[in-house]
Amino acid sequence: MGTYKYHILVCGGTGCKSSQSAQIVQNLNEEIKANNLENFVKVVTTGCFGFCERGPIVKVLPDNSFYNYVKPEDAKEIINEHIIKGRRVERLLFRDPVTNKPVTDSKHINFYQKQLRIVLRNCGVIDPENIEEYIARDGYLALYKCLNELKPNEVIDIIKRSGLRGRGGAGFPTGVKWEIAAASPGPEKYVVCNADEGDPGAFMDRSVLEGDPHSVLEAMAICGYAIGAPHGLIYIRAEYPMAIKRLKIAIKQAEEYGLLGKNIFGSDFSFDIELRYGAGAFVCGEETALIHSMEGNRGEPTVKPPYPAVSGYKGKPTNVNNVETFANISPIILRGPEWFASIGTEKSKGTKVFALAGKINNVGLIEVPMGITLREIIYEIGGGIKNGKKFKAVQTGGPSGGCLTEKHLDTPIEYETLVAAGSMMGSGGMIVMDEDDCMVSVAKFYLDFTVEESCGKCAPCRIGNKRLSEILDKITKGNGTMEDIELLKNLCMVIKDTALCGLGQTSPNPVQSTLENFWDEYVEHIVDKKCRANKCKDLIHYYIDPENCTGCMACARKCPVNAIVGERKQVHVINQDLCTKCGTCLETCKFNAVYII
Amino acid sequence: MAKITSLDDLRKIKKNLEEQISLREKAENPESLVQIKVGMATSGIAAGAKEIFTFLVDELEKRNIPAIVTQTGDMGYSYAEPTVEVKLPGQEPVVFGWVTKERADEIIEKYIRNGELVEGIIPQNYKTIDDK
Repeated sequence: MGTYKYHILVCGGTGCKSSQSAQIVQNLNEEIKANNLENFVKVVTTGCFGFCERGPIVKVLPDNSFYNYVKPEDAKEIINEHIIKGRRVERLLFRDPVTNKPVTDSKHINFYQKQLRIVLRNCGVIDPENIEEYIARDGYLALYKCLNELKPNEVIDIIKRSGLRGRGGAGFPTGVKWEIAAASPGPEKYVVCNADEGDPGAFMDRSVLEGDPHSVLEAMAICGYAIGAPHGLIYIRAEYPMAIKRLKIAIKQAEEYGLLGKNIFGSDFSFDIELRYGAGAFVCGEETALIHSMEGNRGEPTVKPPYPAVSGYKGKPTNVNNVETFANISPIILRGPEWFASIGTEKSKGTKVFALAGKINNVGLIEVPMGITLREIIYEIGGGIKNGKKFKAVQTGGPSGGCLTEKHLDTPIEYETLVAAGSMMGSGGMIVMDEDDCMVSVAKFYLDFTVEESCGKCAPCRIGNKRLSEILDKITKGNGTMEDIELLKNLCMVIKDTALCGLGQTSPNPVQSTLENFWDEYVEHIVDKKCRANKCKDLIHYYIDPENCTGCMACARKCPVNAIVGERKQVHVINQDLCTKCGTCLETCKFNAVYII
Repeated sequence: MAKITSLDDLRKIKKNLEEQISLREKAENPESLVQIKVGMATSGIAAGAKEIFTFLVDELEKRNIPAIVTQTGDMGYSYAEPTVEVKLPGQEPVVFGWVTKERADEIIEKYIRNGELVEGIIPQNYKTIDDK
């Protein structure tokens, strides 16, 4: 290890930092200095270990000793015992929760590694523009196995037994979908990959396509073999230029290597893949609308049945699966359905990728086994809420989902439990909200999104959602009445019952779930004309506290509309008629003189 | 490229690549072939990964350190982008986050040359299917 014999890694994630990890670093450095070990040991602060619950975490290299619950005063013992005498500090070592024996190497603390990467197995590992790196990770081996060792119905049987369900949101069993498409008469059939990722805050499909495009191509070919389809189409939004570029490279390479095209692996099976670009309409994630869009028609849904498996693209049997669903296929073929079915819960098998976003420390992409709780995701993998604020809600399922609260934190995440809690799995966006978020405004945000994205074909969605949005707007402006809440409730039910496609049927979800979980906030907006998160501009007023104001004029200079009046060293006043409530004065004031009522 | 028609062809590519990697590992000079991956999905590039990639390629060449720099997909650490993984021969790979040009310089001078760890390490917090 070059100059340094030891490295001491101290977690600098927000969780550990709040329990004094910075002080640990300082104490360690002081001890190192006191013992003249500066050229021998180096202390390094790292990012989050994902074990926030047991923080602060300290790891010593090269022997991989893994200490947990470390306190600043333990620094002396770590240096004296571990570094100088070479004896590990037993009492601080992470213990296996089952055997209670100290575990030394952090690599073996599997119990605490909550994430399991199946879909993301190659993401961030291989060069996505080099097919050989994919092959080196057993790529295209599953396709080989299917073409040479399995009959199409056996492939379908494997997928069925694995319990894999559609990762696009609704969770329809993938094997059953393939079976229906296989039973439809051919020979002209299509395999479609739905890469029209539209939920605000979701980016897992893009990441898979950009980081591991071949996993999707291989799975599409396997699907083609299983259902007897010679053609594959990827419907991808034009806003994903990088994903499109890497897919094109991947398709070209696969064709050159003979892994796509005529007579793959010397068999009778031929399969080609083409790209189709979407213009980024949310409704085109719905499979019938997606198919119409691919045909060059307006992206509007049609009534099912007939299902695409019977009559889809160009009226031919078509199987549509989501990117993440496809990315699961090859490992299932190679490792067997029992392996896959052993992960997750009784009804939801395998893993799910979530895009963690919002007021959370470790924003990013995570892949967790089904059945994990929201608490584990938010507080252990996500590192907790930003700036130590209080957790309020987590929005899952995008505009079709709902807000889950404190009381849902320990609910295992499955397709059914999320629906029962008033939300849904959706494509896997997970937006975390804290006490500064106004739930009425959140509902309005999602409603405005659906209003914008509604294709306008059916009245409940086109007109109903617009009315919902208007009522919410009225409430956030302080003009709402209690009758409006009843109206909201009724309208939500009518839209859900009568809308044509999934977009309309689920669009009232954000309203219903916030009404259910944050009733108080609605009432406050209506009766007290108050927004507790200070987000609704029409319900708040900025004032200057004469006690604290020093007359420094900083706020008056910054105010974009010159609403603040006052002489130097005199108390300033905000002219409420001019104030646009932009909040600049609050940010500017160094004396805490600006407050909101 | 001849078309792949058999399992042997697939295995050959896998073996070739594995051999190349093990050659790198067993090379005489421990500094001979450092392997670096830069997370370059849309989010990484938006955070400046392209500049870091170019910087690493240029600087390693200038400073005469034989290394292989490749791009890869999203490592999942959106909060810490750009992210760079460095694998020194015979050692576990280390991921560094929040990589600026200054930190990239530090990674080259301290970690790659001396094995000295620098700030910004992101510990691996997941299992993969290969671990089982």
